[in-house]
Amino acid sequence: MDVWSSLMDGFSTALTPLNLMYAMIGVILGTAVGVLPGLGPAMTVALLLPVTYALEPTSAFIMFAGIYYGGMYGGSTTSILLNTPGESSSVVTAIEGNKMAKAGRAAQALATAAIGSFVAGTIGTTLLAVCAPIVVKFAVSLGSPSYFAIMMLALLAVTAVLGKSRLRGFASLGLGLAIGLVGLDSVTGQSRLTFGIPLLSDGLDIVVVAVAIFAVGEALWVAAHLRRTPLHIIPVGRPWMGKKDWQRSWKPWLRGTVFGFPFGALPAGGAEIPTFLSYVTEKRLSKHPEEFGHGAIEGVAGPEAANNAAAAGTLTPMLALGLPTNATAAVMLAAFTSYGIQPGPQLFSSQGPLVWALIASLFIGNLLLLLINLPLAPLWAKLLQLPRPYLYAGILFFATLGAYSVNLQAFDLVILLVLGALGFMMRRFGLPVLPLILGVILGPRLEGQLRKTLQLSAGDPAGLFSEPIAVGIYVIIGIILAWPLVLRLIRRNRPAAAPAVPSSPDSHAGPESIHHETTPVQHKQEKP
Amino acid sequence: MSSAVTGLKGRAELGVAHLLGVVGVLVFLDANGLVTPYSKSDPVGPKTVPFIVAGLLVVCAVLLAINVLRGGKGEAEGGEDVDLAHPADWKTVLPLAGAFLLNILLIDWAGWVISGTVLFWGSVLALGSRRYIRDGIISVALSLLTFYGFYLGLGIALPAGLLEGIL
Repeated sequence: MDVWSSLMDGFSTALTPLNLMYAMIGVILGTAVGVLPGLGPAMTVALLLPVTYALEPTSAFIMFAGIYYGGMYGGSTTSILLNTPGESSSVVTAIEGNKMAKAGRAAQALATAAIGSFVAGTIGTTLLAVCAPIVVKFAVSLGSPSYFAIMMLALLAVTAVLGKSRLRGFASLGLGLAIGLVGLDSVTGQSRLTFGIPLLSDGLDIVVVAVAIFAVGEALWVAAHLRRTPLHIIPVGRPWMGKKDWQRSWKPWLRGTVFGFPFGALPAGGAEIPTFLSYVTEKRLSKHPEEFGHGAIEGVAGPEAANNAAAAGTLTPMLALGLPTNATAAVMLAAFTSYGIQPGPQLFSSQGPLVWALIASLFIGNLLLLLINLPLAPLWAKLLQLPRPYLYAGILFFATLGAYSVNLQAFDLVILLVLGALGFMMRRFGLPVLPLILGVILGPRLEGQLRKTLQLSAGDPAGLFSEPIAVGIYVIIGIILAWPLVLRLIRRNRPAAAPAVPSSPDSHAGPESIHHETTPVQHKQEKP
Repeated sequence: MSSAVTGLKGRAELGVAHLLGVVGVLVFLDANGLVTPYSKSDPVGPKTVPFIVAGLLVVCAVLLAINVLRGGKGEAEGGEDVDLAHPADWKTVLPLAGAFLLNILLIDWAGWVISGTVLFWGSVLALGSRRYIRDGIISVALSLLTFYGFYLGLGIALPAGLLEGIL
């Protein structure tokens, strides 16, 4: 398949006036909802899913493309103007971005974030268009054992690498897998965990689960700890940059992109690590290192570019393997399945026009984002002042509406409330949300691959290791799982080897100091 | 668990371990109750994965309980509007959940316009707004707007309920 001609076909689908309008609506809705505190891109997509039900799949996904990038960009606006980032990927942007805003350079901070996002998003989407078909070519040769291993890797990596407490990550994963079990077994037709309730035999709708955990759980959690003192919001005019800002921004944009895309494409990459790496790199390479910590523009340009490039990278395994690696991709995958479309290597051959229209609209959405958001920034800043009672009542209202409109049954709202309470509890006790969502989505597919694998090997567990790729992936999984033990061993041996300087902070040099540096970024779990 | 709960105030996180354990046991019992003849075409069967999940949950429950008893603590999640300095405000959360529940009870009988109004109005009040009239008008407007928006724009007919024929 020729990438170029497919992409051009995609553009011709996406550029019809009607689809262009959907992309525009997506960008505006995505940014508006993304700017609102407490609402990240995944929740934006989940809440807006019902709006797209009436559309045909192509138009719906064109709108998603806009929502996806819009939600990402909205989050960075919030962190620059408020200094309380809601998403882990915006934490680094807030460090310098808010300092710039306080120093009266909010317009430049927003401009370098917007233009950097555009540059990184465009390069990232180009890489996606080039890489995805290559991954597909490689993926069609894989059998069930390899798929099983890849999904295991994604689940375990997200659970073990992201978040602060592995134990709590695995607890969350277990709950997600249990939720995924509810319903009729796809092979034998036996009902599992339905407790005799016929409404449960179709399983729990992923949209309902996602809206419950993300939106309802978040609204209840914020309600319990609502900040009664208004936050200080920095007013802003139209974003612009001077010549010097451009000179200082363009290299960080490109370097940030280089960090962001590969990490986004990895099973547990996410945007946290590349944004942080980009920040550290810019600080080291900057000609004005003294400005870091007081509002250096490089510290906004690099991480924002890394963030958006990672967002594009995430779509590579999502489209090519059907493997979501962050919450937003997980919700988008749920959206695909609700249209009866199964992401994975076959997607490019069976739904080629749709996929290429989606990729084309990512380019378009990116451009629209830049054209719309530069003039609208002052308006978005006003949105931050929306009274909190309306904001969180509105989240509950639209969450209810969205979950109800899927099947038009009040029973779904009971599930929404129960799982919302679960989401509340998880936030209270620091259980990360992402492993649960991935468990719900990947659990059933994982089981399917496992059964297919052992069916082929007539029940012999050795069948799991019958493909070299699978064996390689198990080795990687082993390393990921064993890594903390290795760290602990190293740490235990270090003080004994160098007892002379026990009080020096450098006595734990090596892996631990790296670990320390990364913690502030990894502390916050990704907010949907 | 009752004996453990009395001496362990401030260790509410043990409840999480308890929940994990209960869910794990439930998953196990449910899978154990399935009757499946061995079939060559499906050597794994519908029980295996639930057993693994149940095991994972129970192991997590035990480890979490040990972790909490040793002083481990899950870090509560922050956010733009979250102020963790004050304790959980149940006077806000419970009425909020109440409004939600009321909506569930009303939606099929009274219809979305009424139940949605109750939901939004109740939530706004629970969250501390005191402009009753303005909030009420906004609630009714939102419900009507979404009702007609979904019907005309998306072709989804939300229940009209008591207002059937008027709307």
